[in-house]
Amino acid sequence: MNDLWDGLINAAWLVISFDADLYEIAARSLRVTLAALLIASAIALPLAALLAVQRFRFRRATIAVLNALMGLPPVVVGLIVYVFLSRSGPFGVLGLLFTPTAMIIAQVIIIVPLIASIAHQSLRELWAEYHDLLISMNAGRVQRIITLLWDGRRALLTAALAGFGRGVGEVGAIMIVGGNIDHLTRVMTTAIALETGKGNFALALGLGFVLIALSIMVNLAIHRLSQTETEGRW
Amino acid sequence: MRQLTLAIAVALTGAAANAEEMKMAVTTSFHNSGLADVLLPEIKQDTNIDVQLLVVGTGQAIKLGEAGDVDAVLVHAKAAEEKFVAEGHATHRREIMYNDFVIIGPKEDPAGAREADSAGAALSAIAEAEAPFVSRGDDSGTHKKELSLWSAAGFGIGAQGDWYNAVGAGMGAALNTASGLNAYIMSDRASWLNFGNKGDLELLFAGDPLLFNQYAYLPVDPAKGDHVKSDLAEELEVWLTSARAKELIDGYQIEGEQLFTFNAEMTDMSKAAE
Amino acid sequence: MSALLPMRATGACVHRRGKRLIGPIDLVLDGQGITALIGPNGAGKSTLLKALHGLERLSAGRIEWACPQARAEQLQAFVFQTPVMLRRSVLDNLTYPLRLVRTPRAAARAAAAEWCARIGLEGMEARLATVLSGGEKQKLALARALITRPQVLFLDEPSASLDGRATREIEALLMLATGAGTRIVMATHDMGQARRLAREVVFMRSGEVHEIAAAATFFDAPRTDAARAFLAGDIVD
Repeated sequence: MNDLWDGLINAAWLVISFDADLYEIAARSLRVTLAALLIASAIALPLAALLAVQRFRFRRATIAVLNALMGLPPVVVGLIVYVFLSRSGPFGVLGLLFTPTAMIIAQVIIIVPLIASIAHQSLRELWAEYHDLLISMNAGRVQRIITLLWDGRRALLTAALAGFGRGVGEVGAIMIVGGNIDHLTRVMTTAIALETGKGNFALALGLGFVLIALSIMVNLAIHRLSQTETEGRW
Repeated sequence: MRQLTLAIAVALTGAAANAEEMKMAVTTSFHNSGLADVLLPEIKQDTNIDVQLLVVGTGQAIKLGEAGDVDAVLVHAKAAEEKFVAEGHATHRREIMYNDFVIIGPKEDPAGAREADSAGAALSAIAEAEAPFVSRGDDSGTHKKELSLWSAAGFGIGAQGDWYNAVGAGMGAALNTASGLNAYIMSDRASWLNFGNKGDLELLFAGDPLLFNQYAYLPVDPAKGDHVKSDLAEELEVWLTSARAKELIDGYQIEGEQLFTFNAEMTDMSKAAE
Repeated sequence: MSALLPMRATGACVHRRGKRLIGPIDLVLDGQGITALIGPNGAGKSTLLKALHGLERLSAGRIEWACPQARAEQLQAFVFQTPVMLRRSVLDNLTYPLRLVRTPRAAARAAAAEWCARIGLEGMEARLATVLSGGEKQKLALARALITRPQVLFLDEPSASLDGRATREIEALLMLATGAGTRIVMATHDMGQARRLAREVVFMRSGEVHEIAAAATFFDAPRTDAARAFLAGDIVD
C-alpha cells in the first residue's frame, strides 16, 4: 500500500515539477499512439464498413480472422515486425528498426483488428437497419460505406478509443521493435517496465498514474470534440 | 519510397541531432548498474558519438548483433562471445572491465550461505536446505554463469526441485520475485546495489574469484553492410579502453562500493596519456 | 408520359428457405392513380411490393418495366411500414437521396427546405430524425421518397399505427403526389383508406392475386367469395 501512496506522490511531483524526461516520454507516447491510431482507423473503419455491406466469398473467414487477431499477443507482433525490419530482414534497408516509425507499424498491426472488429459489430447493426432503405435508394457500394461510416461515427469513435487504449498501454511489441532507447524510443510503458525492473516501484507507479491520467485526458478531449461537432450539426 | 519513410521518421521523432549516432546492445545488468548514465555523457562530450543503448538480455544482444541491427555489443558471456566472433559476426572481442556476482538471500539465512567458504559451498548449502532460490532462467549471461556455478558445485542442470524457481525474466524482475518469495538469488553486484525493493533480502556471500564477471566489447563486422557504423564502433572502442574510461569506471561507486574494475589492455597511446 | 410504365409481372414467384411466399403472380401496372393492395395478414402484400421494387429476388418469373432495369430502379421509391430514419438531421434525411444522384448541395438543400415546410416540419430542420414522433417520421419518410419525383412509389402500410391526424396528412400528401403524376401502389389494412384513395384494388390471398378490379366495382360488388367475406370482416386465410 505504501508503494501506491509513494506512486501517487511521485506522479504528482513529476507533473508539478515539469520533469523534462516525463514530458518528453509522455509526448512520445502520445505521438506514436495517435499516429498509429490515425493510420489504423484509416484502414480498419472502411474495412469494417466493407465487411458489413458486402457479401463476398471470404467474408466470414475474414471476420473470424479479425476476431482471432484481436487476441494476438503484442510480443508476437513485435517479433514479426522485428524480423521484417531487421537489417537481415526483407525491409532492413529502410533502417526503420529501433525508431518511432517501427513502433507505429507494430501498433497499427496490433490495433487494426481490434478497431475493425468493434467497428464491424456496430456497423453490422446499423446496416441491418439501413439495408432496405439504401438498396431501395440505389446507393452504390461506396455510397453505402460512406453513409455507414458517417452515420455510425459515434460508435466508431468508441472503437477508435478502444484502439487508442490498447496502443498506449502496450509494452511487449514496442519494447522489441523500439528498443526502449532513451530520448529516442522510450515511451511511458517501456519506462514503467524499466523502472519496475530496477525495483523503483514508486517511480514506476507514478509513471503509471500519469499514463492513466493521459489516457483519460485523450478520451475526454475526443469526446468533447465529437460533442461540439454534433451540437453544431443537430 | 525510402525518402518518404525517412521523412516521416524524422518528422515523427523530431530528431535533428548533429551528433553521430550508433546503437549498442548492452545487458540489463550493465544498464541497471547506472554506469551507463555516467559514461554516455562523457562519450558524447569526448567523441561526439550519441550511443543509443538497447538494453536486452545477453541472448537477445547477441541476436541483434548477428542480424546487424546494432553496431556493437557489450555483454558478459565469454563462451557466447567467442562463438559470436568465431562465426564472423564481430571482428574481435575486447575485454573492458569486470564486476562480480553476489549471492543474495533472506536476512535469517536458513541455509547458512553466509558461512560458506566458496560460491560452490554457498550454493550447496542452499540446495541441501532446499531453501527457495530464484534463477533468471532466461539464457542471459547471468543465468549462464549461475548454471556453470551449479554444475561446478556438483548439481546437474535441471536436477533441482520445487525450491528452484526459474522465472525467465531480467535481473530486476528476478530480484523482485526473490524479494517477494524471500528467496535466495544470484545477482550482479551493481543491479543489487541499485535495486530499490530489497525487502528482507541481504547480501550474504561474495568474493569468490569464480564470481567475477568479465564484460567484453564486440564491434559488429562491417561486412554486414554499409549501415554498420564500424568507424564509430572503433572510435568508441578506443574511448572505452582509454585512461579516461579507466578513471570513470574504477571511480564509479554506489553506497561507497566500487562496482567495476577496468581491465582492458590499453593501447600504447592511452598508456602514455596515463 | 411515364418512361417506366407499363410494368408487367409474369409468373413472378418468391421462395425463402424452400417455402413459397408469393406467386406465381401475373400483374400489369399502368395508367395513373393509386392501387391498393389488400388482403389478410400473410397474404404476401409486403413481399409482392418488395419484389416489384426489386428488394426481393424472384425465384421464378420476371418483372419488366418499359425502360431498362438500371433506369427503372432510379425512377422508383419505397416507403417502409416502419420508417427507417437515417441518423441525421431532418434536413439531411431529405437531401440524402438527392445527394446520392449528385444534385448540387444548394439545390438539394432548397428542395429539402421546401419539403420540410410542405410536411409541417419547418423549424425542425436541424432536429435529429430518429427522435421525431411516429407520424413525423412517416411524413418525413414519405417526403424523402417523393423528393426525387419518382414515377412509381410503393408504400407498405404507410399509416399503420398512426393517429387520425397523421393519417389524414399522409393521405393528403399521397393525393398531391398522384396529382403530380406519380403512380402509387400501397398495401393497406385500412379499408376506409383504400376506399378514399384507390382507383384500383388488388386483393391478395395465400401469396396469389385473387381479384383485381376498379375500386368502385370491388367495394360494391366483389366477384369472389373470399373478397366478399374479407370485406364483410370475416376471417379469411
